[in-house]
Amino acid sequence: MAIIERPSTPALAGSGAPAVVTPSQAYGVLKRPVSTTGWRSWVFTVDHKKLGIMYGVVAMFFFLVGGVEALLIRLQLAGPEGTVLSAGLYNEMFTMHATTMVFLFVMPMGAAFANYFIPLQIGARDVAFPRINAFGFWCFLVGGIFLNTSWFLGGAADGGWFMYQPNANALFSPSHGVDFWGLGLQITGIASLTGAVNLITTILNMRAPGMTLMKMPIFTWMSLVTQFLLLFAMPVITVALFLLMFQREFGATFFDVSAGADPLLWQHLFWIFGHPEVYIIVLPGFGIASEVLPVFSRKPLFGYRFVVFSGAAIGFVGWGVWAHHMFASGLGPVSVAVFSMATMLIAIPTGVKIVNWVLTMWGGKIWFTTAMLFIVGMIAQFTIGGLSGVTHAVAPSDTQQTDTYYIIAHFHYTIFGGAVMALFAGFYYWWPKMFGKLLSERLGKWNFWLMMIGVNLTFGPMHIIGLQGQPRRMMNWTEARAGEGFFNLGFWNRVASFGSLLITIGVILFLVNVWNTHKKSSTTPKAPLDPWDARSLEWITASPPKEHNFDAIPTVHALDEFFHRKYEVDHDTGEVRKIASAEEVLAAEEAKADKHIHLPSPSYWPIILAVSLPIMGYGVIFNRLLIAVGGVILLLAMFGWALEPSVADDSDYDPPVDGGGTSKELANIG
Amino acid sequence: MAMWMFLGSECLLFGGLISTYMLYRGRHPADLGPDQVFDIPFTSVSSFVLLMSSLTMVLAVSSAAQKDDRRTNLWLTVTALLGATFVGGQVYEFTSFYREGLGFTSSLFSSSFFTLTGFHGVHVTVGIIMLMALVGINKRGRIPGDKAEVVELVGLYWHFVDVVWIIIFTLVYLIPS
Repeated sequence: MAIIERPSTPALAGSGAPAVVTPSQAYGVLKRPVSTTGWRSWVFTVDHKKLGIMYGVVAMFFFLVGGVEALLIRLQLAGPEGTVLSAGLYNEMFTMHATTMVFLFVMPMGAAFANYFIPLQIGARDVAFPRINAFGFWCFLVGGIFLNTSWFLGGAADGGWFMYQPNANALFSPSHGVDFWGLGLQITGIASLTGAVNLITTILNMRAPGMTLMKMPIFTWMSLVTQFLLLFAMPVITVALFLLMFQREFGATFFDVSAGADPLLWQHLFWIFGHPEVYIIVLPGFGIASEVLPVFSRKPLFGYRFVVFSGAAIGFVGWGVWAHHMFASGLGPVSVAVFSMATMLIAIPTGVKIVNWVLTMWGGKIWFTTAMLFIVGMIAQFTIGGLSGVTHAVAPSDTQQTDTYYIIAHFHYTIFGGAVMALFAGFYYWWPKMFGKLLSERLGKWNFWLMMIGVNLTFGPMHIIGLQGQPRRMMNWTEARAGEGFFNLGFWNRVASFGSLLITIGVILFLVNVWNTHKKSSTTPKAPLDPWDARSLEWITASPPKEHNFDAIPTVHALDEFFHRKYEVDHDTGEVRKIASAEEVLAAEEAKADKHIHLPSPSYWPIILAVSLPIMGYGVIFNRLLIAVGGVILLLAMFGWALEPSVADDSDYDPPVDGGGTSKELANIG
Repeated sequence: MAMWMFLGSECLLFGGLISTYMLYRGRHPADLGPDQVFDIPFTSVSSFVLLMSSLTMVLAVSSAAQKDDRRTNLWLTVTALLGATFVGGQVYEFTSFYREGLGFTSSLFSSSFFTLTGFHGVHVTVGIIMLMALVGINKRGRIPGDKAEVVELVGLYWHFVDVVWIIIFTLVYLIPS
């Protein structure tokens, strides 16, 4: 197992600041990248923090792309018989909006936080497999780009995000869009799968001494459940996507009814992946909520064990509810009844969480920062989304709601109102940790209120629109059939489009906030070490954290370790007393810094390996020769990777110019 | 640990493929079904070869544990060769099916059969690449970390692929349709 801190002969570390090193001797075919500054330090990095930030930046970019697609949809529906998009383009727009938001924004943004904070929260110096981590990020990036190049190469996918068969056959969807979609998701799927293997191993094997599973920060717990869901959900969609590819590219007939096939096969495979996917999306958000709430309520999380076990319960029951997406497909009464019951059952652990959150705030000294506002808003909206979800569990009612805007309302309340709001809370809460500067609270509150009102104006009316019978994915509505009075579809469609404008302004304010904080002329001071009086392990280090995370791996004695180092309970009066400041806690840790810290070295292979994948993808679609080209790169990269040791050899560095010994160690301490 | 996780995930991959095959195994023209095309004695021999490679893999792992580089390399190479024999047999089998008229697109049965066994073949091939990489690493003498552990991990993967083949062989070849 590639645990990163492998003892090797320590290099001499007596030369003060690390000397600048340049690669010298080639190993295999390529020199080892060793730069610690400039673009090379990012492109070839294996540092989980840099990768986390890159995940975040790229996901944010795709969030904007998906947002523009959403705006175009709302623009089209803002008036009767909209003419902004043609019917075909409208199909591509909603398909790509959903695909982008789910696979290229919410999931990778969860991965960004997981990558950045899991090692920090469990007191590790990096993840278990740093190069695989880098490979995962590059797979996600090239997969996302590959998916979106379809816009310029004959049109994007247009079958809806669940790409039902046989509607997405070559016969009904003749452009290459669906091919791009299938292969692109295949590539981003590799990112999820490698990430899952990596993070599970990290969490189970690399926790700081003393940190039992039940002393683990809750975000890490929820991420662990998420990664298990990913681990078992991704292979199923992989099979489905392969079958799709064989069908469209190589003439197989897996979903071709005329050849005797069963199109329900696709639906089952897709939703066995698709329903766990729902929890993959929302559980990181639950984790963030459970981190933020105790901090700003100045109370420990109410019922930590219940939150953990309900999260795990969601992880299990999430596998038994997939067919509730298929009530309208004629499964038969027994299946429908079973899945109906299971679906109602899964509302229980989710409800447990909401109760826990509310009781965490109950009686606390609540401090309404932007992060806290986002979480409070998230709880309210997720509850609405959850309740409309229970109405789907009732099969007869579901058959009425299937494929109407009511469904759209439901899942936007859970995904946008639940997951995305929590992610924004994560930005505001952890920004000072990641970048050493606080985002403006004033702009942040504007950001929150605009988004909160915007979400409700956009998706609230969709409940009405849906129950009135407007189908989803319909490219326009007409005045003649819009209905009368309060239930006039036209009015509510306009409201929804207006709401989407408010969300847009909210998101723009967030970007302005980031820009203001980090532009060169910015006057934003450095953030204090512990701006929120936080509780968990990631705050026992500098902000932003050093490359090796912790000078000394902290020993953990309690859940909320950092809180317990700062405060103690007076046994006589029962009062909580502050005994140390964050600076003192950090200083105490730095005083016992490890002498020699070995970090994994950067590598070329992850990015090379990842780039070979879209080449093969284009090959499948356009020219089979390219598959061979990509395959050769893939094979070479795999060998190169396998033959490369995880820590750069001394010979990869120039002999030191200043005569102070090689500075292979990134941290020279003491 | 990570390898176990990955293999857990692989179980679902093959689970999906096997389900697809089981759903479609009966959907074929009367003269080109599993009963007509499969050459069970031939496939039994190649299955035996694959199972023997598990044995040699065990020997490789145990020599690695005794830090016997020469023997480790020997057994790794033998394992890779046996694996290659199996893949070769599969290629031969596919070609002969194709000659008999069973193409990838002939029927739902053939598509799902080739997909399932093809995926397994690719897994064996990846295993061979891993074995060869191990031999390469061994020869260069630059091992990241504990050699025996790395060999053991590859061994774990190799055994998993074998076990999957036992399941496929039973379900696909031995159970009459």
